[in-house]
Amino acid sequence: MKETQRRSDVVIRFAGDSGDGMQLTGDRFTSATASFGNDLSTLPDFPAEIRAPAGTLPGVSAFQIHFADHDIMTPGDAPDVLVAMNPAALKANIDDLSANGTVIVNTDEFTKRAVQKVGYEANPLEDGSLEKFSVHEIPLTSLTVGALESFDVTKKEAERAKNMFALGLLSWLYSRPVDQTRDFLTEKFGRKPEILAANLAALEAGWSFGETTEAFEVQYEVGKAALPAGVYRNITGNLALSYGLVAAAQRTGLGMFLGTYPITPASDILHELSRHKRFGITTFQAEDEIAGIGAALGAAYGGSIGVTTTSGPGLALKSETLGLATALELPLLVIDVQRGGPSTGLPTKTEQSDLLQAMFGRNGEAPVPIVAPQSPGDCFYAAIEAIRIATQYRTPVLLLSDGYLANGAEPWRIPDVESLPDLTVSFTTEPNDTDAKGEPVFHPFLRDPETLARPWAIPGTPGLEHRIGGIEKADVTGAISYDPDNHDYMVRTRQAKVDGIAHTIEPLSVDDPSGEADVLVLGWGSTYGPIAAACRKIRDSGLQVAQAHLRHLNPFPANTGEVLRQYRRVIIPEMNLGQLALLIRGKYLIDARAFNQVRGLPFRSEELVEVIRSEMLGESTTRFESLTEESLA
Amino acid sequence: MTASEIPALDLVPKTDEVQKAKDFKSDQEVRWCPGCGDYAILAAVQSFLPSLGLRRENIVFVSGIGCSSRFPYYMDTYGLHSIHGRAPAIATGLSVSRPDLSVWVVTGDGDALSIGGNHLMHALRRNVNLKILLFNNRIYGLTKGQYSPTSEPGKITKSTPQGSVDHPFNPVSLALGAEASFVARTIDSDRRHLTEVLGAAAAHEGTALVEIYQNCNIFNDGAFEPLKDAGTKDSHLIRLQHGQPIRFGSEDERAVIRDNDGQIRTVDAETDGNVLVHDAHAEDPGVAFALSRLADTVSLDRTAIGIFRDVQRPSYDRLAREQLEQAGDPAGSTDLSDLIAGPDTWTVA
Ligand code: SF4
Repeated sequence: MKETQRRSDVVIRFAGDSGDGMQLTGDRFTSATASFGNDLSTLPDFPAEIRAPAGTLPGVSAFQIHFADHDIMTPGDAPDVLVAMNPAALKANIDDLSANGTVIVNTDEFTKRAVQKVGYEANPLEDGSLEKFSVHEIPLTSLTVGALESFDVTKKEAERAKNMFALGLLSWLYSRPVDQTRDFLTEKFGRKPEILAANLAALEAGWSFGETTEAFEVQYEVGKAALPAGVYRNITGNLALSYGLVAAAQRTGLGMFLGTYPITPASDILHELSRHKRFGITTFQAEDEIAGIGAALGAAYGGSIGVTTTSGPGLALKSETLGLATALELPLLVIDVQRGGPSTGLPTKTEQSDLLQAMFGRNGEAPVPIVAPQSPGDCFYAAIEAIRIATQYRTPVLLLSDGYLANGAEPWRIPDVESLPDLTVSFTTEPNDTDAKGEPVFHPFLRDPETLARPWAIPGTPGLEHRIGGIEKADVTGAISYDPDNHDYMVRTRQAKVDGIAHTIEPLSVDDPSGEADVLVLGWGSTYGPIAAACRKIRDSGLQVAQAHLRHLNPFPANTGEVLRQYRRVIIPEMNLGQLALLIRGKYLIDARAFNQVRGLPFRSEELVEVIRSEMLGESTTRFESLTEESLA
Repeated sequence: MTASEIPALDLVPKTDEVQKAKDFKSDQEVRWCPGCGDYAILAAVQSFLPSLGLRRENIVFVSGIGCSSRFPYYMDTYGLHSIHGRAPAIATGLSVSRPDLSVWVVTGDGDALSIGGNHLMHALRRNVNLKILLFNNRIYGLTKGQYSPTSEPGKITKSTPQGSVDHPFNPVSLALGAEASFVARTIDSDRRHLTEVLGAAAAHEGTALVEIYQNCNIFNDGAFEPLKDAGTKDSHLIRLQHGQPIRFGSEDERAVIRDNDGQIRTVDAETDGNVLVHDAHAEDPGVAFALSRLADTVSLDRTAIGIFRDVQRPSYDRLAREQLEQAGDPAGSTDLSDLIAGPDTWTVA
């Protein structure tokens, strides 16, 4: 029996070639970890190319998981363990490893040529450069092939199972159950019994290798986390978002129509929804981004919940139709899973740089409400909230997710669907006004006095035949109008309608356990986890800091200005060059400090700790680069 | 044929009330230039629709941008005046999600073939249940007279003072190349022909593209004069009739023949017996395409009008609806809970 040590949390990064199956390995490890009962957070990080050239740095695909016996907020700053399947994976990731970290390398891949290919002058396993780490040199490929000798598979197929060997080893090392992975493999390879047998055997061999070999003296345990009571599952942001859409459609009682065009990292939502037609969901893969939103808008006109999904470049293409939806005042949901920009940018990496595009990226005064989820699981609720706003206020709504939320996973407490808000929609079916002669008439722009929403009267409703369009409409009647005063009134009214949404959203709440903080960290979207983790660390060190996180970016919660003014200093970390900071400064005249990074990766909480702390202690720092007076001058 | 006999309109509710053209006139003042060909088309459509016997509220006109795209405002049906080029996309979402509607798209040569070319092409390929009326006046009217993608080469306009160097589209050829299942051409001033073509389009399941030659008397007056002038029209126009030999000319002296080498061409005096018999239902669009190529772009001699192609292919709408129906309904209220829970859950007490 080997020694067992407890750890409160561990960060593991699996890294290999795009073809090595690292995402699958990470995913399986995650699933086992979730069902074991740890809290966890993951960060897949893969290249945009489907199969980048083998053995090269750009071809490295990695998957990081942070799991713990307590609640955690981020996928972890620095891995404790790096599994490197080849020299490229080692080189691309070794600098991130924590001091005294553990490296498990697949020595089979460290040939002279492979080592040189990625620019190592000497074999890093031999030149002492890994001395500060605890290195396990394991011939993963040949061990796997050896273990599968008696199986009816080719050498290539045997080699391909090395990720399961690695998974088996890591599962042993961290005492993870493997039953689920067995079930998963059985399902995946059910029709290819030889491949299934080989993968199961490789998984087994990896586990036994850990158990029997002397290379590993210690096995680790990470206890279950004390999460709030409930039934949990593991979920990624894109999946949660898809389920949120299905649930929201059900709560409205209407059919849903997704018109969309494939784009990374949003396509998974299309894939998922296309499987759920029985919930009344039609998916339409359009010829382009414009047709995607166009068809969704057409369906919304017909009385469906119209949805379109995209990423930054696609949002740019959708702008004109989004403006039309604003003018038509029809419900529509546009989901932008943000990625690195501009242009094609970094398709598989995360960024928050579409906020201003979402806010202003249309001609004319075309306000669009914006909702942003803060964690993978929260994507579910954000989708429901976005559809509530769209249907209640008859307006297009933008939901800003991002690549990190989309692909990252966390344990998620499954909600009771009956407890979700009732979003029942009623269409207008009768005339809503009288004409000069006292006859009943339908006026498509006669608004609800409270929400300022106009009636949603769908084709097929007798007696309410009317015309709408992108040309300015006269108030009440909806006839074409070029009247100056009418235009001024309509522009202001559409704005007032969107501003008025603030009445039905939660006020901005502040997390400040001591109530004594005078510095507030304000964020939005996926930075919630890293900011919360940083604030915790600061509090643990005896200092006080407050955190607030915006779920609604347009309009802001009604109390936002009041909250911000209570603090001596407001710090806004964003994965862009200061977009929320610009809005906050402009709207509230608050000298917010922006901390910005656009590395395609989520913030490391340690970094945020340093930045927030130096700001609290009034130390000068060069890190606040944007929006200083000099840069604005 | 009334609507109840048209399978393509099976799902659109009918009315027993007698409808008149004026029932389809909205209270909006029509704002096209006096003399514009659009008036004739509007009047023809308003007089034609009662023959379908559909409930007025189940008819929708969707348009893009341009002179023609003001059309929906003048129809007392549901209407959506959208943005430049996007009407087929918007109408696709509407049509697919609402099989109980008769959806018409009104567009122009700039709207459909320039800025919206992609959507037109894909609507045709998919065979969405849309009736697309393409008003072709071979000019940009609303932006005051620039050449369009159907203008003849060398067109002198404000934007091409030395004459355009663009080669034009032939909308019928384009539609046939884009897998259209119904393609027709007609002329604004020929009410009878226009009405006939509209009837056939309405009866067609899937996308029907109807190109309507339309006179813009302000910026391109007389563009189709050779096809309208009493002195030239009979010699220039080829009227296609399904099942009929294709003869034309004032004395029917001209004909479309198929050469021994298979080529489709016109002869001015019939020499032998192999006059082509028009088959709009031919699976292969090759002959229809050849017919669309006979016209001279500039003189308009040998311009064919009528229904080039009318073949049966299930509409996108129908196929998508079948998938939806096959998927069935959620199995009780627990289905959503089961879906979001997935197979791997654990309980924290
Ligand atoms: S500009 Fe030409 S097409 Fe436009 S309304 Fe006037 S005549 Fe008709």
